[in-house]
Amino acid sequence: MKMNVLKPLLLGALVAGTLSAEAHRAWILPQETQLSGEDRWVGFEAAVSNDIFVANYHAVRFNDLTVLQPDGDKSEAENLHTGKYRTVFDVKLEDEGTYKIFTASNGMRAMWEEDGKRRMYPGRGEQYTEEGFAENVPEKADKLRVMQSSRRMETFVTLGGPTTETLQPTNKGLELVPVTHPNDLYSGEQATFKFLIDGEPAEGAELTAIREGTRYRNSQDEISAVADKKGEVKLNWKGAGRYFIEVEYKDDKAKKPATERTGSYVTVLEVLPD
Amino acid sequence: MKLITSGLMAVATFASFAQVQAADLSVSIEIPELDVAEYHKPYVAVWIEDDRNQVVSNLAVWYDVDMRNAEGEKWLKDMRQWWRRSGRSLEMPVDGVSGATYGPGAYELEFTPGKAPLADLKPGDYRLRVEAAREVGGRELINIPFSWPQSSEKKLEEQGSSELGAIELTIKP
Repeated sequence: MKMNVLKPLLLGALVAGTLSAEAHRAWILPQETQLSGEDRWVGFEAAVSNDIFVANYHAVRFNDLTVLQPDGDKSEAENLHTGKYRTVFDVKLEDEGTYKIFTASNGMRAMWEEDGKRRMYPGRGEQYTEEGFAENVPEKADKLRVMQSSRRMETFVTLGGPTTETLQPTNKGLELVPVTHPNDLYSGEQATFKFLIDGEPAEGAELTAIREGTRYRNSQDEISAVADKKGEVKLNWKGAGRYFIEVEYKDDKAKKPATERTGSYVTVLEVLPD
Repeated sequence: MKLITSGLMAVATFASFAQVQAADLSVSIEIPELDVAEYHKPYVAVWIEDDRNQVVSNLAVWYDVDMRNAEGEKWLKDMRQWWRRSGRSLEMPVDGVSGATYGPGAYELEFTPGKAPLADLKPGDYRLRVEAAREVGGRELINIPFSWPQSSEKKLEEQGSSELGAIELTIKP
């Protein structure tokens, strides 16, 4: 029981720097990522939890879940249902190519103290808006920190051959730009991904990749990497499976009134056996 | 592609017949008898890759071609290597290449140089790849490297261990 209490707290401390409202890990997990045939469906699970990929803490509540079709058009997830610990939904694959399923937000975050109490904006579950920021965040306050912050959580599935139309960056926030296609990953092969922060190479971005099945082994056995000058990381997979991948970025090149810029990125990628 | 015969005995008989015909490239594929509760005939892909791992020719793809609404294509990706290197960029079915699945037995495929699917086979080093995937079963991939053409008859053989039995590649000058 003690472990259950301690673990979130420890993780909370680790990611406090990013001011993440959710200290836990969160993901959108596809049932399969490379499909053949016609008119196929893929099921997804979205959950907040620390046990990869065991949904045992909170369901993800989406404000802006988007499905990007291979031609770049937007569509919606179907059969969305939120359970106790996970949100499930389906995506219909009518056209061949790569689909991106994502949720992303960009905005300002602030934390400060008022009468010795910690305050933050946006609060848990709250969405950033310019108006909301102006209304809630004081210009001067004790221990005021204002951050330009972006979050993105996404995954990819491909019907037929992989395509790249949906992989174009928006140049907002922290994004993955594939060098190796995210639906073309094999355990014996090195994969290269590039990360951009607001369209520029995210040098120094810290990546952690964890293969599924942590509950059946004694360690997280994670892969760690730091993005180079070009924003690139090279990954050598630890076997086949679905990987939880988390990237954190931080610098001081923020838009005013922010003094820090942070980006967090999460994806789930499937690596197939050779 | 011509699917000549099935059954081990039949292959043996056929071998002498083939010599008369002077076939130039033939592949014999054995699908083993399996003692399993639920048996589905395997999907099988047979293709040739060059020394840069590029597919130069698809020789055969056996899958559930006749299922309604192309449902049978759902499992094509389980032949993972073939799917990645070739299948996912093909429009199925492929005339003269795709066909129905087969149960246990040995099957002989015969090809003539200069004609599809060997029309573009230039002299060089290649490998024959045979991949089988079975629903509720496993997957196996067999590779047989070979040089093309040959000055004398050459028989190359590999033995599968789970989803495939003996695979034989015979090249005649």
